[in-house]
Amino acid sequence: MEDIAQELLNGSRLALSRAITAIENEYDNATAIMKKLYPHTGHAYVLGITGPPGAGKSTLTDKLAKEYRKQGKTVGIVAIDPTSPFSGGAILGDRIRMNSLTLDEGVFIRSMGTRGSLGGLSHKTADAVKAMDAFGMDVIFVETVGVGQSEVDIVKAADTTMVVLIPGMGDDIQAIKAGILEIGDIFAINKADHDGADKLVTELNMMLDLDGVMKEWRPPIMKAVANQNIGVTELVETFKKHHDHIVSSGQLTQRRTERTKNEMLDLLSSNIGSYITRNIVDTGKIDKMVEDIKAHKTDPYTVVNEILQNMLK
Amino acid sequence: MDKRIRVLVAKPGLDGHDRGAKVVARALRDAGFEVVYTGLRQTPEQIAEAAMQEDVNVVAMSILSGAHPHLFPKVVDLVRGKGMKDCLIIGGGVIPESDIPALKAAGIAEVFTPGTPTGKIVEFIKANVK
Repeated sequence: MEDIAQELLNGSRLALSRAITAIENEYDNATAIMKKLYPHTGHAYVLGITGPPGAGKSTLTDKLAKEYRKQGKTVGIVAIDPTSPFSGGAILGDRIRMNSLTLDEGVFIRSMGTRGSLGGLSHKTADAVKAMDAFGMDVIFVETVGVGQSEVDIVKAADTTMVVLIPGMGDDIQAIKAGILEIGDIFAINKADHDGADKLVTELNMMLDLDGVMKEWRPPIMKAVANQNIGVTELVETFKKHHDHIVSSGQLTQRRTERTKNEMLDLLSSNIGSYITRNIVDTGKIDKMVEDIKAHKTDPYTVVNEILQNMLK
Repeated sequence: MDKRIRVLVAKPGLDGHDRGAKVVARALRDAGFEVVYTGLRQTPEQIAEAAMQEDVNVVAMSILSGAHPHLFPKVVDLVRGKGMKDCLIIGGGVIPESDIPALKAAGIAEVFTPGTPTGKIVEFIKANVK
């Protein structure tokens, strides 16, 4: 494939797939691809789906995607599963719940391993979303790994974040802890046909009531039974309401400005990191520096300062 | 550069015996591969499309129903038809020795029958992946 970015923009699904691979594996052409795609991004509505393992994120995503398809929208899905910290391998199993979407031409699903990232996404999730955005997907779902309490990177990547919970996972103290319960724009109580769903709704409401200030948007708590397609249309309507709210309140612009800033800073630190690896670590300069520091000929603060001075020249 | 071998593990056809596929998926995970597991009863069209969307290096199929002479070659054709020229396609399951030459002629790179140590599959993939 000669020009992956151009072919992607021309509508080649294989090119989209190859672009994501290049991004994920940090191939030499990845930056060139992203540069060419960037002007075509910013149109998609990015929906984050997060929650504990087994809550039904994939099943719900499958059903939500079908609902958007009924409305004629095209859908991209980036589904993330954990990479083993021991072997580096992963079982990416989110597609199992989405098999009936595979042959829909208006849908593109890509599974990614976290590859060492700890915030519930992978380092390259944002760029994979951009590739799908440039391809022309109207709605892009980002499904995080099954999260515990503190993996909240999804808020930085999504326009609207939905936290999927299920009954029976703990008492009301769990509901006032910091972490993922602070990031929901919408709460979905899945498996709501199980015991304890109403209790969970009450506990979440109590948690939201403890917010000192009245917010313009109080996260709605929606009940669903994803595998029976119950509550799905209502969720899509709620997404629409949240989308309208963040557009009219200026929050969408604010969130995207913040995201652009974060992404730029991430890119900057990662490039600085690789500069250091290339010029200081790989060249062996670091060994001499460490020796001098150990011999007290100099100190780490001076050495780091010198490195930075040199880099900025 | 962080190249990682990606493998689609798929069960084409109608038999519901996925223990073998799961054992292989787990072994490939432990070998450091990213394994996209798609579950039971996949059509060749679904397998090929998923392989393309996931840009996998390898498609590994398991069949225990006897439908391999029909389904394996069909997957090869469809995967190649998507432009995935370099994708390694392998198969496994209850497959009679006498069927293997025809499957290989149809583009199945290797066939692993019951009793194969999983390490052998890992070695084969590492040696043949492009």
